[in-house]
Amino acid sequence: MVEDGRTAIDIRNVRKVYGSGGGAVTAIERASLDIADNEFFTLLGPSGCGKTTLLRLIAGFEATTEGEIFLYGDEIEDLPPFKRPVNTVFQHYSLFPHMTVAENVGFGLKMLGRPKAEIGEAVERSLSLVKMSDFARRKPSQMSGGQQQRVALARALAPNPKVLLLDEPLSALDLKLRQAMRNELKTLQRETGITFVFVTHDQEEALTMSDRIAVMSNGLIQQIGSPLDIYERPLNRFVADFIGDTNFVEADIASVEGGVATCQSAGGLEMRAAVVDGHGVGDRVTLALRPEKMSLAASANGGAATPGRIESADYLGTSTSYKVMLDGGVTLAVREQNPVDASTVLAAGDAVHVSIPVGTARMLVD
Amino acid sequence: MAVGAEQTRRTWWLLSPALLTVGFFMVLPMVILLVFSFMEADPYGGVDPGFTVEAYVQLLFERDFDDTLAYTGIYLGIIWRSIALALVATVGSLILGFPVAYYIARQNTRTQNLLLFLVTLPFWTNLLIRTYAWILILSTDGVIEQPLKAIGFLDGTLDMMYSNGAIAIGLIYTYLPLMVLPIYASMEKLDFRLIEAASDLYAGRYRVFREVIVPLSTPGIVAGCILVFVPSLGAFVAPDLLGGGRKLMLGSLIHLQFASSRNWPFGAAIAMCLLAIVMIALMLQARSSARRRAMEVA
Repeated sequence: MVEDGRTAIDIRNVRKVYGSGGGAVTAIERASLDIADNEFFTLLGPSGCGKTTLLRLIAGFEATTEGEIFLYGDEIEDLPPFKRPVNTVFQHYSLFPHMTVAENVGFGLKMLGRPKAEIGEAVERSLSLVKMSDFARRKPSQMSGGQQQRVALARALAPNPKVLLLDEPLSALDLKLRQAMRNELKTLQRETGITFVFVTHDQEEALTMSDRIAVMSNGLIQQIGSPLDIYERPLNRFVADFIGDTNFVEADIASVEGGVATCQSAGGLEMRAAVVDGHGVGDRVTLALRPEKMSLAASANGGAATPGRIESADYLGTSTSYKVMLDGGVTLAVREQNPVDASTVLAAGDAVHVSIPVGTARMLVD
Repeated sequence: MAVGAEQTRRTWWLLSPALLTVGFFMVLPMVILLVFSFMEADPYGGVDPGFTVEAYVQLLFERDFDDTLAYTGIYLGIIWRSIALALVATVGSLILGFPVAYYIARQNTRTQNLLLFLVTLPFWTNLLIRTYAWILILSTDGVIEQPLKAIGFLDGTLDMMYSNGAIAIGLIYTYLPLMVLPIYASMEKLDFRLIEAASDLYAGRYRVFREVIVPLSTPGIVAGCILVFVPSLGAFVAPDLLGGGRKLMLGSLIHLQFASSRNWPFGAAIAMCLLAIVMIALMLQARSSARRRAMEVA
């Protein structure tokens, strides 16, 4: 965990530009982050955000344009990939087709010049770790995608690297397998104590497995934090929008008291949110409200609820997603858990009262 | 039963074009050569009827005036030189062709097509003319020697022409494309991400080459070696022009027997000999690859 103190990877002001002159493409604008020893760290973002590039910079497949990368305190810029004590699990597995599973898994140690007996033991250990011991003599072409994925994992773990880099390793698997592998990866990371750097565009994967997440977009790190931080306290519009569903409401700060701002939206909706540095009374700000934090009721019930009308209702099985037009003109998405008696679910056109508990609204930086 | 017979007739009928082609263009000439090699030579060219193994005896023995047989190593020497030169040509074009194929395979599709076109370009010019060009390059006071002399690097001559080396250069030049193309074909299918994976697993440049690139392009390497070795063994243009007829190879020897020496049976016998060498080489190759496969399974 983060508190252990030792830093596994220290990325300082790294910048990566492909090509030069007019055709130059900036993959990473500027990135700085620390990954702690023994941490499950995830780089999360849409395709093209620079997360894979950052992983490739750590692995050594690409050279940084500017900045430094430290691995356990050592600058690794000048080390070619085969001299870095990190291993990668590739998105498309990249198993050697002319070798058996055992040969694939033993490849790293063989290249390190380890004695045969040691390689044999490590291969056995790694294969049993991913529950593939029975497949040692198979060729990669004789296995399913999920099995190949496990072998790729065993191959990267066998040399016992300090850091394991995983490049969207689950993206080629089907849903059920992907969910099962999530738990296994998390368990594996805890058992081996190896620092995992995991790249994904899947927010659910990131939230379920990670100790910490760095959300990236357009070559910039938007926010670094625990899954809870990222989801509950998104810093900016991109993070709030990319992770989960969010309502964005424009509002003016009417007053600030003890770090909490009272904000007034266009439709007269009043919300309270912790004030963000740099904003003061009179500023126009964006507030983010998670749909599942709010609730609907047919009557006001005497509470501080805002009246409105349901515009649409989408039944999603476990919950129902509503679009509610408040009387003031603001439209909010609200998600309600479905009750025991599903026939009591509200329908479009129903008059409702939306209650927004204190703490729901998050003021964003931009 | 009737259906079975009908089926069989149909099968043969459908196979007939292929059988005719193979029979007419491949089997028939071979059979003719085989028959010729056991016939008597006509002093004016062609063959005379009658069975004799004289042609095969000639390969190893010389017939003296008193009809006694004396062993001669001339033809065995030529066979040996042919095999050696063909091996040199094969290894040489492998060393030159492999990096070329690798380079082409790593380009984008457009560049690949252009480079492949350039590799095959010499085929569009007559082989004789291209080989004459090599005479100009290698000869005394030729394209290589003159500049070296001009800058005072060379005194006298390198005497490159009419040597085994000149023949080897000619063979490598002629058959290099036949090495590049099959290696390129198997490398084109190579997933270059595997190279990244290997280097991630502590394989340096040489180990990546040795453990990943070479094994995965082996089919192309084998095909290329066969395609260069076999025609090199029977080549006669390069040996004649660059070896000046002083360094005979099997191809030139056969050519000589059918043309100036007018000893068709002997020419045919040497051709059979050449065929046997090629068959043995291919069988050895097949056996070693079978053994390798068996070792992989074990």
